[in-house]
Amino acid sequence: MNHNNSLYQAVLHLGDNALILGHRLSEWCGHGPVLEQDIAMTNISLDLIGQARMYLDYAGRLSGENKNEDDLAYRRDVLDFKNFLITEIPNGDFADTIARQFFFDQWNVLYTAALMASTDETLSAIAQKAHKEVSYHQRWSSEWVVRLGDGTPESKEKMQRAIDDMWMFTGEMFTQTSEEKSLVTQAILPDAEALKATWLQTVSAIISDATLEMPTDDFMQSGGKEGVHTEYLGFILAEMQYLPRAYPDAQW
Amino acid sequence: MVSAENLISEAWKVLNTVEDPEIPVISVVELGIVRDVSEHNGELTVNITPTYSGCPATQVIEDMVVEALHNAKLAPFQVNTVLSPPWSTTFISAEGRRKLKEYGIAPPESESVDKKALMGEERQVTCPNCGSKNTLMVSQFGSTPCKSHFKCKDCLEPFDYFKCL
Repeated sequence: MNHNNSLYQAVLHLGDNALILGHRLSEWCGHGPVLEQDIAMTNISLDLIGQARMYLDYAGRLSGENKNEDDLAYRRDVLDFKNFLITEIPNGDFADTIARQFFFDQWNVLYTAALMASTDETLSAIAQKAHKEVSYHQRWSSEWVVRLGDGTPESKEKMQRAIDDMWMFTGEMFTQTSEEKSLVTQAILPDAEALKATWLQTVSAIISDATLEMPTDDFMQSGGKEGVHTEYLGFILAEMQYLPRAYPDAQW
Repeated sequence: MVSAENLISEAWKVLNTVEDPEIPVISVVELGIVRDVSEHNGELTVNITPTYSGCPATQVIEDMVVEALHNAKLAPFQVNTVLSPPWSTTFISAEGRRKLKEYGIAPPESESVDKKALMGEERQVTCPNCGSKNTLMVSQFGSTPCKSHFKCKDCLEPFDYFKCL
């Protein structure tokens, strides 16, 4: 795989994470448990979709095929998507959404902080922008883990179950393909494996603050970065891509 | 033939009239969205920067800038989007802050204030209606990506706070 193609795949992966999780959160619009949280989730969704645009716009320029962000978001199929599995897991109840967001945000904060030092100027610029926004997301989801975990017996039980259920999708965030490893040695991408210790430390401190138990299961799912997805991604794409596929080049 | 300095100062004058579509009292210059204006062989280059990545107003603002420059007959020009250094609330001018407050939006104070307000530690955001510091953050996410939702515990008015980035 040549340099440009591995960089293209890596940027696509970052864009797909933001796009798919942003789309998932947008499904809460009008369904939040209270108005403020409905607004919070749709705000985070907007930030992520904005970040997806920046990544996918750059990926389009790297594709060598004159693609734009819309081509990449709306005209690829399941096997072409490179997002982490955790971003496509259904919203479930509010605790499930919080657990998914919490694990992802903690990764995203560390990842974008490290990506700012990338030798690739565009990636560094996107990371500088995204990091500020992601820090807000991380504070929001961490606060909710504590509030629900250290809340009523019912909210505690639901939050613990959600954390346990989501746990097997966290391992993938610290794996690296051989193409990514070569970009890491060129200081274009941060070393994801090296972020794991800090991630575990922060996550377990917050889970302990929330009076919850850290999951102990070692079994981890993976495959998202290689295009091997859960059954859920197809349904997201069907909804998200329906309009541009049925009415190509439709304009508002 | 207009000199480069005149062309550039004319462009700034025009840009000063372009208002933020969601906060129509503050111009895109005061908001710090216009990064710089330069001239090369009679062609203007205007660099603008997005505030929040997901702000739906970004595209509208770019269109408005193009339209204003076009109407002022300043063509040929190009409008570019630059990401680095990222926009932050420190780019909002003093005049911009005054106008925000007058409009009923508490201007950004400092990043530590946001964090403390969230943790419920200190009350430091000033109510734009009555000037009290006895205020409470209702939610760190408000009516637009750039604002948090606050409530004044003295005059009881809810208000928007332009959050720090």
